[in-house]
Amino acid sequence: MIPELGQFAIALALIAACVQSVLPIVGAARRNALWMASAQATAVIQAGLLIFAFGALMHAFVVSDFTVRNVVENSHSLKPMLYKVAGTWGSHEGSLLLWVLILALFGAAVAVMATNIPLALKARTLSVQAWISVGFLSFMILTSNPFDRVFPPPLDGQDLNPLLQDFGLAIHPPLLYIGYVGFSIVFSFAVAALIEGRVDPAWARWVRPWTLAAWMALTGGIALGSWWAYYELGWGGWWFWDPVENVSFMPWLAGTALLHSAIVTEKRDTFKAWTILLAILTFSLSLLGTFIVRSGLLTSVHAFAVDPERGVYILALLAVSIIGSLALFAWRAPAMEGGGLFAPISREAGLLINNLLIATACATVLFGTLYPLFLEAITGEKISVGPPFFNASFIPITLPLIIVMGLGPHLSWKRADLPGVLARLKWVGITVLVGTLVVAWIAEGGPLLAVISMGIALWLIGATIQDWARRVKLTQSGAWARIKRQPRAAHGMSMAHLGLAVLMVGAIGASAWKTDTVSFAEPGTTVPIAGFKVTFEGVEQVQGPNYIAQVATLNVTRDGAFVTQLFPERRVYPVAQATTTESDIRQTLAGDLYVSIAEPAAENTEGLWTLRLIHEPLVNFLWLGSVMLVLGGALSLSDRRLRVGAPRRAAPINATPAE
Amino acid sequence: MNRIFPLTLLGLVVIFVAVAGYFLTKPDFNPSSIPSALVSQPVPEFALEPIDGVDTPGLTTADLKGQGLTLVNVFASWCGPCRAEHPILTRMGQDQDLRIVAINYKDQPAAAADWLEELGNPYELIGSDFSGRAGIEWGVTGVPETFIVSNDGIVLHRFPGPVVGDGQRRFQEALDAAKASQ
Amino acid sequence: MKRLALILCLLAAPLFAVEPDEVLDDPVLEERAREISAEVRCVVCQNEPIDSSNAGVARDLRLIIRERLVAGDTNDEVFEYLVARYGDFVLFNPPWRPSTYALWLGPFVILALGFLAVFMALRSKRGQMTPSLTPEEQARLDALRKKDIP
Repeated sequence: MIPELGQFAIALALIAACVQSVLPIVGAARRNALWMASAQATAVIQAGLLIFAFGALMHAFVVSDFTVRNVVENSHSLKPMLYKVAGTWGSHEGSLLLWVLILALFGAAVAVMATNIPLALKARTLSVQAWISVGFLSFMILTSNPFDRVFPPPLDGQDLNPLLQDFGLAIHPPLLYIGYVGFSIVFSFAVAALIEGRVDPAWARWVRPWTLAAWMALTGGIALGSWWAYYELGWGGWWFWDPVENVSFMPWLAGTALLHSAIVTEKRDTFKAWTILLAILTFSLSLLGTFIVRSGLLTSVHAFAVDPERGVYILALLAVSIIGSLALFAWRAPAMEGGGLFAPISREAGLLINNLLIATACATVLFGTLYPLFLEAITGEKISVGPPFFNASFIPITLPLIIVMGLGPHLSWKRADLPGVLARLKWVGITVLVGTLVVAWIAEGGPLLAVISMGIALWLIGATIQDWARRVKLTQSGAWARIKRQPRAAHGMSMAHLGLAVLMVGAIGASAWKTDTVSFAEPGTTVPIAGFKVTFEGVEQVQGPNYIAQVATLNVTRDGAFVTQLFPERRVYPVAQATTTESDIRQTLAGDLYVSIAEPAAENTEGLWTLRLIHEPLVNFLWLGSVMLVLGGALSLSDRRLRVGAPRRAAPINATPAE
Repeated sequence: MNRIFPLTLLGLVVIFVAVAGYFLTKPDFNPSSIPSALVSQPVPEFALEPIDGVDTPGLTTADLKGQGLTLVNVFASWCGPCRAEHPILTRMGQDQDLRIVAINYKDQPAAAADWLEELGNPYELIGSDFSGRAGIEWGVTGVPETFIVSNDGIVLHRFPGPVVGDGQRRFQEALDAAKASQ
Repeated sequence: MKRLALILCLLAAPLFAVEPDEVLDDPVLEERAREISAEVRCVVCQNEPIDSSNAGVARDLRLIIRERLVAGDTNDEVFEYLVARYGDFVLFNPPWRPSTYALWLGPFVILALGFLAVFMALRSKRGQMTPSLTPEEQARLDALRKKDIP
């Protein structure tokens, strides 16, 4: 009964979305306040219905209701409760329900929380949001019903892929979706502004918290996915330039550019058309990601059970929304320029360069990801574009970006004094130079690009800290009071910039100075790596809730002194008929010692295990940097200027007709 | 900002949608199949011994030249889809008077012998590729795979996956084209 | 975004794959072998290098790469050997030739066009900023400057 109610709730949500997609926007054109205000009600009703539907599906998973096909295919009665719950979004259908739920929640959040926004803009925004809802809800009802029943019900389920039974991965999709789908509301704001024909600093300020929230979630989601791959896949990799990773990275890049460009629109009333375009493109790239992951158009390590027919439907949705919004943009944008003037050396110009480089980096990733598809369409040739291409094109674009990033916050708006800024940064430059030489010395030369990149990361750290210290006059008395008085958004900026530099340190260290060894091991075998000695003591069998594990014991020593014991596992999941490798890691800031075991593939190896040891220097800076990025976003988001007392528009906007 | 930039973007999106739509609606859409580098090349150099305990002789490069149109079927007893396509290939061979030879890929000789005993042996020659090296020479990515080789020893077609259902239809098309070209 | 349902071969073999018995005694050759196999796409698992794939074919290819290196092949010869059998598809690093000129040059063309656009935007902004000496504009500019310089 509950699953049918859930299905019914989805249908009702579609009706609510249909109403919301027409009534408010017509109301805005006719200046009918009641029609406009209806958006608030429908947005909340829609969200409520989808919360109910999602709860109904989750209930089916929690009680292991094997009359529901989705539960049969993705759960098992013995599975730990956390993963039963996470199974709700473990399949195409369930995750699509989560997708539309988040879409509706963002709509409802705007309806309820955005009290300072003019009614007409809000009504139009919510209508646009409802258009997206209608598209995806109808897609779900027509092709991907999560509540399909199965008869006769089987005795037990087929279990979720055990690789995915992991805490990091259980919360990775919801976070990623909040990011992906969160950009929808920014898109809706942008389209509403285009329909209204008006973008001004107030608009940019209203949109900023939503952009920030989505950006934070996406940052966290990508970092979690990367972290999961690092410890779960068993070989210490954390980024592969796989198409599916790329399609989550592109909205992040575009969203980052949008955050910066919106600041200029807010503070200086310029870059307006560009900000709107970025808002459109960011969500368009999210849609592209949804399309690629679910259509199976590109071969990826990660993908849903792919279905070209569903792909065609999403492609149609994608085409309508992107082409429609771009056409609207092309029609309206030229009337939108003007605003603040600035010199070639200024904060504005710095942010312009920032946007240019981020946009280029994003376009490069897009280009490399889709190139094989276009080539095959034109010539029939099939090629692969992998890490060598992305490293060769992405890194040269981002390194200058990082250099400018250190400089940018020091530049003042409108017209900056570059010699003055450089003089101020003289000591930072000298320190960084010395630091870089120290890195080169420790690394005994090492790859030149890695040393240079490390220097650039150090530069960003130094320049960011110097900027922050200068702003709060750290060395003078009363600094703490000034720190508290400064807008949190400014602290957030420093924190996020610092986080990126820290992340970079981790990325460089873990890719340039990584070492690994592989050997056969039997009890007593000792293998040296990166100054450690690892001794294999033996393997024990352990029974888990829904798996059987072989747990190895490894003793780690350095210079004869005991360091730690590590217990890598190999698990067999009988129901899912799969084995996984649970690596064990000794984590320190200086680097991870990463160990895993496997059964040898070669013949005549009874009693032997394949023992893999990986040393990943500085890799934890990756996660630390990611946390700092998210914290920086949170600091910014908590800035009271964003929450209350946002400026009113100069002219009464309710009276502005669409044309 | 003028209109050129957004309209360019719009054009690119239209092209993308067209290309993606073309691929998704193609009937044999399979992004993970890879084209063979071998098609229209001579068959690679290889020489395989017979399977231990099976009377059928082994297979070498020379066996594929001047012997008429030949199907080279790569199979293994451990491969489920091979079992599914086996009767179909056998019948095709009889009905269309085709010469079929085989590469037994990474298989235990005893298991392969039992398999042929159970399902029948439509192959004129079978090479035992225990190490999988000949498979690599042929650019094999998995079993089953079936190649169509011309009288001159040129690889005309590579068909990855089992010759069953829709695959059988597509394989027959390729086979008819190959026959017509002879 | 995804359930990350990994494809079968990864499921069956979630481990990076170079086996102890494959490792060459010569560390220089082994290093080259690892470099090559990191750039060769596994033909069964699709988007994984053979270096980190546990598929049977991947292991065979790793062994062949090492055999050829021991026999004295250069890295390019090894790549050619693989391409002759599996096509360009196995190269993660697309070769430089007419059908990939656009790929390799694309990012830099995009960047150049971007710089051109920025340059034009900056020039127009600066053009506007140069006082055109009408009294009104001069007054407005003065007012702007006065207001914003702290």
